[in-house]
Amino acid sequence: MSVPQPTLPLDDSAPSRKRYRQKGRYRGDHLLLAEMIEPNSKVLDVGCGDGDLLQLLETRGVDGRGIELSREGVNHCVAKGLAVVQGDADTDLVNYPDDAFDYVILSQTLQATRQPKAVLENLLRIGSRAIVSFPNFGHWKMRLQLLVGGHMPRTENLPATWYDTPNIHFCTIKDFVQLCDEINVKMERSVALDLYGRPLRFNAPWWFWNMFGEQGVFLLSRVEKTK
Amino acid sequence: MEADHPTSQVATFGSDQPLQLDCGIDLAPFQIAYQTYGELNAGKSNAILVCHALTGDQHVANVHPVTGKPGWWVTLVGPGKPLDTDKYFIICSNVIGGCMGSTGPASTNPATGTVWGLDFPVITIPDMVRAQAMLIDRLGIDTLFSVVGGSMGGMQVLQWCAAYPRRVFSALPIACSTRHSAQNIAFHELGRQAVMADPDWRDGRYVEQGTHPHRGLGVARMAAHITYLSDAALHRKFGRRMQDRELPTFSFDADFQVESYLRHQGSSFVERFDANSYLYLTRAMDYFDIAADHDGVLAAAFRGTRTRFCVVSFTSDWLFPTSESRATVHALNAGGARVSFAEIETDRGHDAFLLDVPEFFDIAHAFLESAGHSRGLTAAGELR
Repeated sequence: MSVPQPTLPLDDSAPSRKRYRQKGRYRGDHLLLAEMIEPNSKVLDVGCGDGDLLQLLETRGVDGRGIELSREGVNHCVAKGLAVVQGDADTDLVNYPDDAFDYVILSQTLQATRQPKAVLENLLRIGSRAIVSFPNFGHWKMRLQLLVGGHMPRTENLPATWYDTPNIHFCTIKDFVQLCDEINVKMERSVALDLYGRPLRFNAPWWFWNMFGEQGVFLLSRVEKTK
Repeated sequence: MEADHPTSQVATFGSDQPLQLDCGIDLAPFQIAYQTYGELNAGKSNAILVCHALTGDQHVANVHPVTGKPGWWVTLVGPGKPLDTDKYFIICSNVIGGCMGSTGPASTNPATGTVWGLDFPVITIPDMVRAQAMLIDRLGIDTLFSVVGGSMGGMQVLQWCAAYPRRVFSALPIACSTRHSAQNIAFHELGRQAVMADPDWRDGRYVEQGTHPHRGLGVARMAAHITYLSDAALHRKFGRRMQDRELPTFSFDADFQVESYLRHQGSSFVERFDANSYLYLTRAMDYFDIAADHDGVLAAAFRGTRTRFCVVSFTSDWLFPTSESRATVHALNAGGARVSFAEIETDRGHDAFLLDVPEFFDIAHAFLESAGHSRGLTAAGELR
């Protein structure tokens, strides 16, 4: 395993923080994801929930598809006119052909998969790019709860107890960067978000983001294999 | 008699318009019996074709002319229902090979003046769909807003999408598969053997000889009916309860409620269904395999399709289990289709698609609403 990069390729072109404070129709992190996607591309949203992100993307001319585990989620999506299949990221991604999509999104779902590495590899097989967001377990509140409280961390965004959480594979931003390096994935953009889904704007070394980013958002692409 | 002179609208096709069958025979003349509900709009953009299942017919939402019972899909089709007759023009035709007015083994063979019987050519699901397309042409409709059906009806839906992709705007295949499984072929063979083992079957010439293989057909129906239900549904409905008695009679009477129920299913079925027609339609399902027509690659059947799909399965359906629907969805995805898929939780087995399952209605309604929005349909079936 290689040594993690000293700094994250932080993205200075992230839209202004002010934008995410507005109480608009869409979630701040969804708007950020949407900005990473070129208009009129073909997108698969894995774990698309109620389809809010897909709906936002379709207003921008994206040809969107979704996979969702919960029946209620699928019903909501179908009612919105979205093309969503009931399925499981761990078992169903293998059935999608290579290069079927321009982007595959995995928003706040990686930590709930049984095999995050295999899932990540599949994302970049199906799509030429992948966008992955996940809660950062290296956030200072998590560290503090474990260090001082001596119990498994719980936060506003992750309120479940250790025995009933669906999140079985938590990682830190640092861990994720290492995994990307290991499986030859290129990070094109990365953004750390605060508790409210707003990007952290100021410059800082990578350990800072790993400490203060509530979640990480990464735009990934394949590193073309050299023989 | 319903087979030749149905209580339905009839489209007749003369020898100038033969139905080209997969077996190589041109069937002519022939007729298709059909029912319609609602009104076709000026743009002819609100037509939905409903495809019926093995023992169904064109009487979707009206009182059945033979049994006097309500239509077989009144749960789904009617004013304000998911297939809203105030909004859509609903068409349902009896399949070729059926016995309710479309040409089949129970019809009169014009060449001989007697019932076709086993002289009728073996038909396939693609043959049924080809005949339906001729009917849709006759009705002056180019593109169907939707094609909807469950079980054998769902097979027809998928065949429509594979054969006439540009004529299908949206498709709702329910509890079905792109190919009939070995287990399902086995059950059908059991049913056919029961019919043919009945001495009253008379090598298929029972009409001329004044008999009817009601015992064989009844057994076929009883066996098939079990496959439409589930262990849990049978247990909930009947358990081990006795029929009008406290104690076993120590005989082969229908002591148990479940026996009595099955016997009733068998005997009521034979009153409305032709035995030879049952042989032909089960055979058509057995032969069904969309991938086989595309060099074994199912995705090739749907490549580049513009049709919107909503595939539905039921958790307790073991005749067309969810795995079959998933395989269909994977092929559609691989073909780049716009597909939704929902598995509905129910313990009522394959028959769930005919029953009152609100979650299924919600999905069907939501899918057709959103597709209708894309098609520019409104409540009156007119452009907004």
